[in-house]
Amino acid sequence: MNGPAGRASYAYAVARSFDPTRLAGVRGVDGAEVHLVPYREIVAVVSPVPLAEFDETALRAKLERLPWLEATARAHHAVVDAVAACGVTLPLRLATVYRGDERVAEVLRQDYPRFRTALDRLEGRVELGVKVYSDPRATAPVTSPPASSPGRDYLRRRRVQHRARDDTWRRAAAAAARVDATPAGLAVDSRPRPPQSPRLSGARGENVLNATYLVDAERAEEFAARASHLESEAPGARVEVTGPWAPYSFAPPDDQGRA
Amino acid sequence: MNETGLLARRYGQSSSANLADVLERVLDKGVVIAGDIRINLLDVELLTIKLRLLVASVHTAKELGIDWWEHDPTLTARAGQR
Repeated sequence: MNGPAGRASYAYAVARSFDPTRLAGVRGVDGAEVHLVPYREIVAVVSPVPLAEFDETALRAKLERLPWLEATARAHHAVVDAVAACGVTLPLRLATVYRGDERVAEVLRQDYPRFRTALDRLEGRVELGVKVYSDPRATAPVTSPPASSPGRDYLRRRRVQHRARDDTWRRAAAAAARVDATPAGLAVDSRPRPPQSPRLSGARGENVLNATYLVDAERAEEFAARASHLESEAPGARVEVTGPWAPYSFAPPDDQGRA
Repeated sequence: MNETGLLARRYGQSSSANLADVLERVLDKGVVIAGDIRINLLDVELLTIKLRLLVASVHTAKELGIDWWEHDPTLTARAGQR
């Protein structure tokens, strides 16, 4: 069952067959070169990893270690990205590991209908992320007239600040709703995601909307432009468009993806 | 969206992606197929919840003086030494 010399096979993605030379030089987790495992007209993209370092115990320990997790997540994503440049791609969850390429081929055979259906659905489509932030500092600074007493002045400033923040939040929320409504008309599907905390991001403002959209590739520009344009209509809202991503959020079948 | 926006961006720009954006996809999304090596997804999901706080790269976080995971027993207990 084991691969040669205690090697396991780390699987990144399932795709339609494509010219493997297009992945020449692409390295995955642990710096190993990736290769294709074919079954009929689909392929899995895999690279060898040392079994001892990817057995359950080792993997669990490593997953809890953030520097390793970051490096692995980025390596995984870089391969998925390279595969997506070659054609329609189903990204697999991080750390999907088999005891050898023949096991990968077996899984392709077993799940073939499911992979085919998903690949058909995602053909020619990309995932775009849209985040809307409420950014109180983006509004004009409040200037208060001279007050009769410092205390009253302070209270008035606080009141004005609060109102400004509420207004900004309201505008950002409205922009978020419009992002979700307007460009969503251009999207085939969408998934809400939990807002990201600004605590560590250094991103200004509060993340009001964090959503991801499945868009026909030829409409991606238009979608991004429309989403970004909403920023100019909503002072205090900042819109960030990311992607194109391989369709991570839409690759799982509906029963799995919507859970 | 300026001229260097999406038009200029294609697949292959992955190294510049925000770590939180990458993690929420590779840990939370993507197709789940049973691997031979079974990892406890519950554990990973707990980790994911913690990581929702992490919206910058480790490097950036450290620059900001934030290193709670280095002292967080649930993140380091089984990790041992590098």
